[in-house]
Amino acid sequence: MLLEIDNITLLYGRIQALHGISLQVDEGEIVALIGANGAGKSTTMRAVSGLRPIASGQIRFAGQDITNMRADLRVIRGISQAPEGRGIFPGMTVQENLDMGAYTRRDRAGIQADLKRVFELFPRLSERRKQAGGTLSGGEQQMLAVGRALMSRPKLMLLDEPSMGLAPMLIQQIFSIITEINQQGTTILLVEQNAQQALSRAHRAYVLETGRIVKSGTGEELLRDSSVKDAYLGVA
Amino acid sequence: MNFSGLIHDFGPLTVTGLAQGAIYALFALGYTLVYGVLRLINFAHSEVFIMGTFACLITWGFFGLDQNSAQPSVGGAIGYLLLGLAVAAVVSGLTALLVELVAYRPLRRRNAPPLAFLITAIGASTVISETIGVLTHHNPRGVPPMISTKPVVHFGNTDITGLQILMVVLALALMVLLEWFVGRTRLGRGIRAVAQSPDGAALMGVNKNRVISLVFLLGGLMAGVAAVMYVLKIGDTRYDQGFTLGIQAFTAAVLGGIGNLRGALVGGFLLGLVGNYGSGLFGTAWHDAVGFVILVVILMFRPTGLLGEALGKARA
Repeated sequence: MLLEIDNITLLYGRIQALHGISLQVDEGEIVALIGANGAGKSTTMRAVSGLRPIASGQIRFAGQDITNMRADLRVIRGISQAPEGRGIFPGMTVQENLDMGAYTRRDRAGIQADLKRVFELFPRLSERRKQAGGTLSGGEQQMLAVGRALMSRPKLMLLDEPSMGLAPMLIQQIFSIITEINQQGTTILLVEQNAQQALSRAHRAYVLETGRIVKSGTGEELLRDSSVKDAYLGVA
Repeated sequence: MNFSGLIHDFGPLTVTGLAQGAIYALFALGYTLVYGVLRLINFAHSEVFIMGTFACLITWGFFGLDQNSAQPSVGGAIGYLLLGLAVAAVVSGLTALLVELVAYRPLRRRNAPPLAFLITAIGASTVISETIGVLTHHNPRGVPPMISTKPVVHFGNTDITGLQILMVVLALALMVLLEWFVGRTRLGRGIRAVAQSPDGAALMGVNKNRVISLVFLLGGLMAGVAAVMYVLKIGDTRYDQGFTLGIQAFTAAVLGGIGNLRGALVGGFLLGLVGNYGSGLFGTAWHDAVGFVILVVILMFRPTGLLGEALGKARA
């Protein structure tokens, strides 16, 4: 078990955003969290990456309790997040953004190899390496966020809405790349509004509603589930 | 208004204005660096500066140098200057770091509102200033002669002293060095990352508190150098001299575009020049007021300052 989330709750001021979430991610998996806006998907991600402290419960990563660990130290342990809304550094070039992804690393040769790999996955980024991140198109910024998250050579990659705001063709492309990254050995926890894509790519998935997990299963099971179909897949 | 006076003295006013501007520029960097990363005005920065002035003069005092000493040899003066600069920079840097650790970090940990930071800033400023006042019996402390005041360059009625050249060159050199550090090194990239997106930086493994400490330290180092320039130029320091100068340096930072490193330089030199031309035109009593009028006028047309962009957005 790479990631174990055990009954966590989280508060935004007085508003309780998570009501006891428990989930597991095994090494090598793609696990998707699906649900409507405000269901707590992104909040769960922020709890795992350490951007938001949880009120109760426990988070374990690779067998170690990381519940109270600072976000930057979790990166060193092997958790990397491409945040919602992309969160790239707008004033830095594409190259500098990718260098930031490798901020905790010292192995120059390894960093160069990973940079090459990111440019193979996203040739567009290679073309724009000297351009400021803030001047990229939405799709390119998304690629940069994913590429940057790869640069820390994570064990677990958290992808928050990687398809948000992308054209249908780009959505296909980014999900293919996510599958490819996974097949190269990175475990992925994925938050998506695009349930169709997420469920067809994921090994397993959890459905969130108002801060609770209401359903879980393999991607295929959930794709066939009638209540999931009604609520998230837009087919009757 | 004395236009003929301004025109007649234009050269000398420009030279002294640039020298004054060098102090403003280095002083302003501390405000701009901290603001760029924390969106916080560190009002205690003027005391960080004053600590540098005393650190330098007390160091020189250990060698028996005071305002009544004879001029040391050239070699000796260079040695004393380098030592004075180093000690002042370190003391100011550590003072700035201490302010961050005592006055700001505990508030950040508790998610305090911005107003709380303003109050602790004023508190830290007062405590440091009054402590220096008590320790120095509220007396000014004079500077020993270090650099000959004889002009080394002159044309027309314009004289330029070695000190004035040194000040401007040093300010420019430190600026280049700082730009390189922030723009080209790994730590500098960390600073820009925190400035542009604090959460994003944490997700890259950047230790935010370490970056913030570094930023306070850098601003303090620059203020320490400015402090040595200041005592050499003005001739003395006193526990309460930081306030007015701090306001001017802060003005320079806003003028250039707070959060922007080059803006501090541009704003500093501009404020030095404009204040001097204003004194030439209206009399020295108006020196500081003219600066503020210019500030207001410039902000009306460019609300984010001359160079505008924050450290957060700037590439270097």
